[in-house]
Amino acid sequence: MGTIETTLGQVNIASIIIFFAFVAITLGITYWAAKKTKTTSEFYAADRNISGFQNGLALSGDYMSAASFLGIAGMVSLKGYDGLIYSIGFLVGWPLVMFLIAEPLRNLGKFTFADVVAFRLKQKPVRIASSVGSLMTIVFYLIAQMVGAGALINILFGLPYEIAVIIVGLVMISYVLFGGMLATTWVQIIKAVLLLSGATFLVIMTLASFGMNPISLFEQAAAKYGDAVLSPGGFVTNPWDAISLGLALILGTAGLPHILMRFFTVPDAKQARKSVFIATGLIGYFYILTFIIGFGAMVLVGQDVISSIDKGGNMAALLLAESVGGRFFLGFIAAVAFATILAVVAGLTLSGASTLSHDLYVNVIKKGKTDEAGEVKVARISTLLIGALAIILGLTFKGQNVAFMVGLAFAIAASSNFPSLLLSILWKKFTTKGAVASIITGASLSVILIILSPTVWVDIMGNKSAIFPLKNPALISMSAAFLAAYIVSKLTKEPSAEEKFEDEKLRTYLGVGAE
Amino acid sequence: MGIQASRVKEILDSEKFKDLVKKRLTVSLSLTALMLIVYFGFMLTIAFYKELLAIKIGEHITIGLPIGIGVIVFAWLLTGYYTRWANNKYDKAVRELRNEILEK
Repeated sequence: MGTIETTLGQVNIASIIIFFAFVAITLGITYWAAKKTKTTSEFYAADRNISGFQNGLALSGDYMSAASFLGIAGMVSLKGYDGLIYSIGFLVGWPLVMFLIAEPLRNLGKFTFADVVAFRLKQKPVRIASSVGSLMTIVFYLIAQMVGAGALINILFGLPYEIAVIIVGLVMISYVLFGGMLATTWVQIIKAVLLLSGATFLVIMTLASFGMNPISLFEQAAAKYGDAVLSPGGFVTNPWDAISLGLALILGTAGLPHILMRFFTVPDAKQARKSVFIATGLIGYFYILTFIIGFGAMVLVGQDVISSIDKGGNMAALLLAESVGGRFFLGFIAAVAFATILAVVAGLTLSGASTLSHDLYVNVIKKGKTDEAGEVKVARISTLLIGALAIILGLTFKGQNVAFMVGLAFAIAASSNFPSLLLSILWKKFTTKGAVASIITGASLSVILIILSPTVWVDIMGNKSAIFPLKNPALISMSAAFLAAYIVSKLTKEPSAEEKFEDEKLRTYLGVGAE
Repeated sequence: MGIQASRVKEILDSEKFKDLVKKRLTVSLSLTALMLIVYFGFMLTIAFYKELLAIKIGEHITIGLPIGIGVIVFAWLLTGYYTRWANNKYDKAVRELRNEILEK
């Protein structure tokens, strides 16, 4: 039990070969995709030719980050049951995406979720406001991913942090710049298949030590570390914290621009619906696997070894892979973790680029009047800008504690993007000024309150006590965004928007006239 | 594509269309409420009655384990239920309405 000796951090030939094979194959796909990526609909939405099943895989590949694989497995290995509570929050947003957002979004929009918010309101102010919300979500999410990538690769391969960040940035830019949504989709599909099969295999190898019986794994964990690992511990103590974090995770999922954008890649609402069903199943299955992997690491590797290598437990899944499958399997899982980061940052970059080019350049600066070739060119330039930004941010935030930025990205998505999107679909009397007020309130409150919260004010800035009590601001910032939308819409009338709301029903519910 | 404005109005005002929209909103909103109740019920149980989930159903195994995994499976089953409803009932009504629009 517990081989303390680990080759983690040493050059792992298997890992390097598998990773280069992944990059070579995905760049090959990008070359193929580049030939089919000429129009805007091809660049942003893969010409709406992705099937529901493929999109379900790609959605799960877009969503399951290295942080949720390594981080949640690590959390389970050190804290037991609490890790499960955390992952449940990331899953239950998906049904809501399906019931409230996916189909109307697909029917009303073209390339970005702002298409839907701006559908019957005044283009310019709404596009500008929703771009702010979108870009903030994307940038904070990107920082967390890039810093995580640099640190992870540094531990896994012994490669310097800066070089790792630049490699990730360049490969990701190549996918999006040349292959647009088609290449991004296939990178995400391949990654999802690799991650799910890798995690499945890891679980099978782990359970082999327990007579293929997960119950006996849990029993041994409890025997070794006490019954507390099988029941809720200190993760949820303050109910308000629990509610606020829960709201951020589940409604934030329904406001993530890179996830919403994927619904424009399928031909119709029926396929959009199917893709959420597939994605929810795969992501749920993945979290159950991560739970078992965490417990496997707890018993087979041991908590002392896991936390001696990384305090947060982030290496638990990799240590377990080495312990049950040897060096080659460690290399495989490490390469999969790397591929995972690439797929997520590619999705984020494409989404950021589409906000810059489609929402800001085309619909605000050019007022909707551009030619196809011109817009694709601008989209590609935007890709370079966002990609360069991602690299610069990754280098700037080296060594910083950026874990809170994922929570912040979800809080902004839940407070700024989600309320305006939901109300534009459901509420007839929603007005332009109401939308702008709601988006700005949600986004600015999320940022201000998280700075004043224990997450930043105490944990990062080192103050004694926080000015704002909740760890995640979503409960307040999202409620304030809905309230702002309601009050301002009540105070301002927009008859043209109300009229269009009736007309758009044909498109929302029947798909008549959908792109 | 040119559907006349008067025709659009006629469809929007038809009982069939209104029924469809109402049905759709009822199903979406009740499933949303159901998911929220289950999730926040789970979270608030942890916040207030942690002991409840620590009740043992085996030598060490707690009831919290099947419940936690159960929330994940439940979320997925809800998406399955909705998909089945929409594929069978909703899409059928949408097809009928669309055909009517195209015929006239």
